[in-house]
Amino acid sequence: MLAYTFKRLLAGVVTVWFIATATFIAMHSVPGDPLMNDKAVTAEIRANLEKKYGLDKSGPEQYLIFMSNMLRGDFGISFTQQNRKVNDIIRDHFPVSATLGLLAVFFAAIGGIVWGALTAIYRNRLPDIIIMFLVILGISVPSFVFAALGQLSLVKINQLLGSSVIPVAGWGTFGHMLVPSLVLGLGTMALLTRLMRSSMLEVVNEDYIKTAKAKGLSPIRIFFKHQLRNAILPVLTVLGPQIAAITTGGFVVELVFAIPGLGRYFVQAVQQLDYTVIMGTTVFYGAFLVFMVILVDIIYGFVDPRVRLQ
Amino acid sequence: MRRLFFPFLTVLCLIAPLSDGFAQISASSADFDTQTITLALTQEPPQLNSMKATDQVSALILGHVMEGLLSYDRRGKIIPGVAEKWEIDSTGATFWLRKDARWSDGKPVTADDFLFAWQTALKPETASEYSFILYSIGNAEDINKGKKPTESLAVTVVDDHTLTVEFETPIGYFDKLVAFTTFFPARRDFFKARGDSYGADAKDLLFNGPFRMTDWVHSASLKMVKNEHYWDRDNIHLNAINADYITEDSRARLNLYIDGKIVHTRLDGETYKDALTQRQRIRSFTTGSVFYLEYNFREDRITTNRNLRKAIQHVFDPEEFVNKVLATPGNLPGRSLFPVWLGGVEDKFRREYKAAEPKIDLALARDYLEKAKVELGVEKIPPLVLLVGNSPTSAKQAEYLQGVFKEKLDIDVKIDIQTFKQRLAKMTSGDFDMVAAGWGPDFDDIMTFGDLFASWNLNNRGRYNNPDYDRLVRIGMTSADPKTRMDAMGELQRILTEDAVIIPQYEQGVIYLMHPKVKGVVRRVVGADPDFRRARIVK
Amino acid sequence: MTDSTLLKTRLQAVSNLDFSPSDTVQSAEQISRPSLSYWQDAWIRLKKNTRALVSLYIVIGLALFTLAGPILWQVDPALQDLNQLSQAPSLPKQAIFVEEHTRWEGIVLENFPAEPEAFLDVLPAPTNLRTAETATTQAVRIAWDPVVGAGGYAVYRNQHLPESINDLGLPLGTKLAGNEVSYEDRLNVEGRDYYYSIVSTDGYDESDTYITLKVTPDLAITKTEALSRGLITEESIVANGETIDLEFHPFGTDYLGRDMLARLMEGARVSLFIGIVAPFLYVMFGIFYGGFAGYFGGNLDAILMRFADFVVALPFLLFMILFKIAFGIGPGESGVLPMLIALVLLGWPATARLVRGQVLQIRTQGYIEAARLLGAKDHYLIIRHIIPNTMGVILVTLTFAVPAAIFTEAFLSFIGMGVAPPTPSWGSMCNEGVKTMLSHPHELFFPALFISTTVLAFNLLGDGLTEALDSRMRSRE
Repeated sequence: MLAYTFKRLLAGVVTVWFIATATFIAMHSVPGDPLMNDKAVTAEIRANLEKKYGLDKSGPEQYLIFMSNMLRGDFGISFTQQNRKVNDIIRDHFPVSATLGLLAVFFAAIGGIVWGALTAIYRNRLPDIIIMFLVILGISVPSFVFAALGQLSLVKINQLLGSSVIPVAGWGTFGHMLVPSLVLGLGTMALLTRLMRSSMLEVVNEDYIKTAKAKGLSPIRIFFKHQLRNAILPVLTVLGPQIAAITTGGFVVELVFAIPGLGRYFVQAVQQLDYTVIMGTTVFYGAFLVFMVILVDIIYGFVDPRVRLQ
Repeated sequence: MRRLFFPFLTVLCLIAPLSDGFAQISASSADFDTQTITLALTQEPPQLNSMKATDQVSALILGHVMEGLLSYDRRGKIIPGVAEKWEIDSTGATFWLRKDARWSDGKPVTADDFLFAWQTALKPETASEYSFILYSIGNAEDINKGKKPTESLAVTVVDDHTLTVEFETPIGYFDKLVAFTTFFPARRDFFKARGDSYGADAKDLLFNGPFRMTDWVHSASLKMVKNEHYWDRDNIHLNAINADYITEDSRARLNLYIDGKIVHTRLDGETYKDALTQRQRIRSFTTGSVFYLEYNFREDRITTNRNLRKAIQHVFDPEEFVNKVLATPGNLPGRSLFPVWLGGVEDKFRREYKAAEPKIDLALARDYLEKAKVELGVEKIPPLVLLVGNSPTSAKQAEYLQGVFKEKLDIDVKIDIQTFKQRLAKMTSGDFDMVAAGWGPDFDDIMTFGDLFASWNLNNRGRYNNPDYDRLVRIGMTSADPKTRMDAMGELQRILTEDAVIIPQYEQGVIYLMHPKVKGVVRRVVGADPDFRRARIVK
Repeated sequence: MTDSTLLKTRLQAVSNLDFSPSDTVQSAEQISRPSLSYWQDAWIRLKKNTRALVSLYIVIGLALFTLAGPILWQVDPALQDLNQLSQAPSLPKQAIFVEEHTRWEGIVLENFPAEPEAFLDVLPAPTNLRTAETATTQAVRIAWDPVVGAGGYAVYRNQHLPESINDLGLPLGTKLAGNEVSYEDRLNVEGRDYYYSIVSTDGYDESDTYITLKVTPDLAITKTEALSRGLITEESIVANGETIDLEFHPFGTDYLGRDMLARLMEGARVSLFIGIVAPFLYVMFGIFYGGFAGYFGGNLDAILMRFADFVVALPFLLFMILFKIAFGIGPGESGVLPMLIALVLLGWPATARLVRGQVLQIRTQGYIEAARLLGAKDHYLIIRHIIPNTMGVILVTLTFAVPAAIFTEAFLSFIGMGVAPPTPSWGSMCNEGVKTMLSHPHELFFPALFISTTVLAFNLLGDGLTEALDSRMRSRE
């Protein structure tokens, strides 16, 4: 067990190093000048800027400097948010994205499991059809449409109630998080519902269910103790990558709901060619994702006795 | 299930408090009792070091928390700021600072604070993008280029409250420059104590304006309260300005406004109709910026052909562009590089020197086009590359132009949409035929626009090079006589149209919503806009 | 599933099969049914599933819409009609011919002071607000009587009758002299009801009273416009005031007056191409890669999967932009192909992981062991047993990958990195439409409807295929 974990973690570190290198090369081959701005500057000022950010050195040199700094956990200073350390940006804004993402996954998981189980119970009957229709609606409308609609309905609710009960945008209280995380989790909820449904239907035919039935266990007990519990397992495997995808993919929701998350920084950084922020966020997110995948695999080993990790 | 559920909740509980710092949001957008207003910013200011600030959000914040030697009143006239009186002649200027001007820590604002800020802005290591604006001060350019030491700046601190400036060359608008952000003061001891982090956070700044910043949560909120040490504090009514939201999304801002969370929001072509159905009072304002199409004048480009440019000039209808494509009120059809609000000799410049309006004439345009084809020796004009930014509005405008060029002149336009930095890189390297560009004024004088296409100007990305133009710009920059200067600019305006150097598209106007209880807000063409410094909340 | 429902399904199965009348045409001698291949069998099961069949027809319909649509509806999707911006779907409209627009100097009274002699405390609203000429969509010209003491006027326009001074609508413009008593409005005038309001000002501040006039402009077109749009020919003689049929836009127009139907057809090419080809390609690659890794297992599996992990963690957006540039989408190109390649290159690991997991599981099943003992070769095992048994998972992935790909394209449009205009795509149309969803819902509704229908069809078809291809279903019949 320990050896397995260690092996996976080691592989994870190599992966992160790969990501950092690939991103570094990719970023530097994107044309465009990170130091250029609306107002043109003289050659002298430009030389000074290059010196400040270490862009006057050759590519390999920059790579070595970056790698040695990264090993010490220092991603440098942002190009656009001048004077701000990339570490500070990640420290300040990642918790926001993570809270939002975890809440979204939480809603998605609860919703997906409940809806999925319901559709399996009422297979091919009205509740199944209605839920599956909603699921498809959930995956067939882009998130920016949902975000805009979600916010608009908040405005309408507040207008109807005559006072601002649920905040329309911003960050801070649970009220601020509720609608954005629901919007963010919708796609995942739809995916989980479908997975749960097919998983449930498969489990029904397993021998242990028949055994349980033959033993004379009550249907409710069979449902909760055997069917649901076993059906959830495959759903869990996708949860890890989904958590990472959701925490990193909240750009649209963060923008529309004015949430100070890291997603906005990343998209802006890519558009503004903010080298240090791109590297910092990419390496951080990459490590986060790799870690999540490993975590889920290990948890899976704990939960499912059939899986033996070597 | 239980086994998984629990860690999940634990993680949630652990992370939630980390974001607690964001949890202070005011109840009402304009509160009479506390005289507090709440705003939404469009972007996070990159940093708030006045010597290096370049963007509008920084200018907005700095305009509220800092004050220069001079300032603008609500009608845009120069008024005293930290300086209570001043004298400017063709060789230099003298400023007498008021004795009661104080920093937010209570220490007096002295002449040295200005000298230090200007020297720092010019220091090559600072790499300030706006340092050029100080070049009218003696030796400034040489210092900026590292040829002379910073101490050689021709500014003398006579005593704590007197400052004299010697000019490099005569200049007719130094008073207007002094009101600009880069000329704001900074205190030597404080700046040195903060080092590199000066301006990165609320605690890393010292303020001498009507407000001081108390709290800055990055990309979430920025709070300002009245500065109790400000010399004119008795005429400042607001106690606090809270920028509690930061989002670029105009629909989100409109929703916040309707929900009573913010006092002001700008509308665009998409959101104004919703504001109408919500029965909100819409106001309009001209920002003073000019937008135009710039041609590439590098040798190998076909856009160097004047007849081609003339042909385009006679089919592009700025009025149709403003009415049908922009389709929001407040925008004016582009007729000149110089917007209507610029002052001339006595009246407005554009009233004294009328801009020619090229006729929209298809037959004439096709004549020009035929001539161009002959001169270029082609059957058909090869496709033109139109470089634009990646905002939805610029794509829309590009699509319109593409339609016009194709339909009227049978010229194919290839739209090249690029992100900000890539677009700038392409503009600088000259990888375009036409580029959609705009220019916002830095100070209230015609020269903020006039020198744009001078051959030495680095912002002249199309490399337009005309000795006549350069000569006129030099007159405009160095002459102290208003009539001579304006005559030169009038001639320059004629050349721009005659030679079809640019295609003016529009003078930007914006429509916005402002809380009806908030009075005394000033919209400005130059400086902090909107200006809440003298605003108050009525019952 | 509870016992009672199980029983019910069983009863149904009995009643449906056992008690249906036997086929009389069939010869009684033939007892065994003809041997069916796996795929024939699947096809028979698919045909029984109405939902899947309907979806199949929808998919075929979409293909026709994309390929044959532009032949039937020959409207240039890039042609702009500035007279009909953002029109909702409607019946064909008619316009009247008008003269070319000429500059209007307006009404400036000579015997009235431009600036007030004294500032009055209360300024009344102007009176006698009227249209100066027939109002058309080309221009609305209004005039009013001057107010003593006024130093100017502010002109507003609204789409409903103002209720108060705060509800006057759009501030069209201001007149800065008391004797300038007219205004010409050309700001995107449509053929609908407008309420113009005038407020007097003392030159700086507006008074609190206003006068309102309702104007309904006629849809107008000039001869040159009609000519350039091909509505009339050079020879036709038309008099001003005559009416003419405008182009018909069954699905309305967009923000530049382009035909929505034509754009939806053109957009379908991009969206369906990206939405179907990209997932198909990367799922295929994923199957190959995952199947290979899963089947052979061991160190090879470990290495291959670590590589997949590595690709998953790459920053999608950055590489998307990079590919866009690396493939040199120059100005004027739509950039569909680079986007497709980027999607494939970055999208396959998810499928690969999934397929590998499935293969690992199936590999240990008894029937594989049995087949192997009977001497089956690797390729036989893969084609005959492993692929059919992973088909369900693969198809679910594929049906989810279709909307995911369509959305990736839409998201890229949202941040301004999508296909280059004027090429439309459903995603970018949605993105444009969401901004005006309250005032022009049709601009959001149609592209969203098409995306939803496509996704729905693929999902139901996927469901049907899963059931049809699932070999375990076979035994139940």
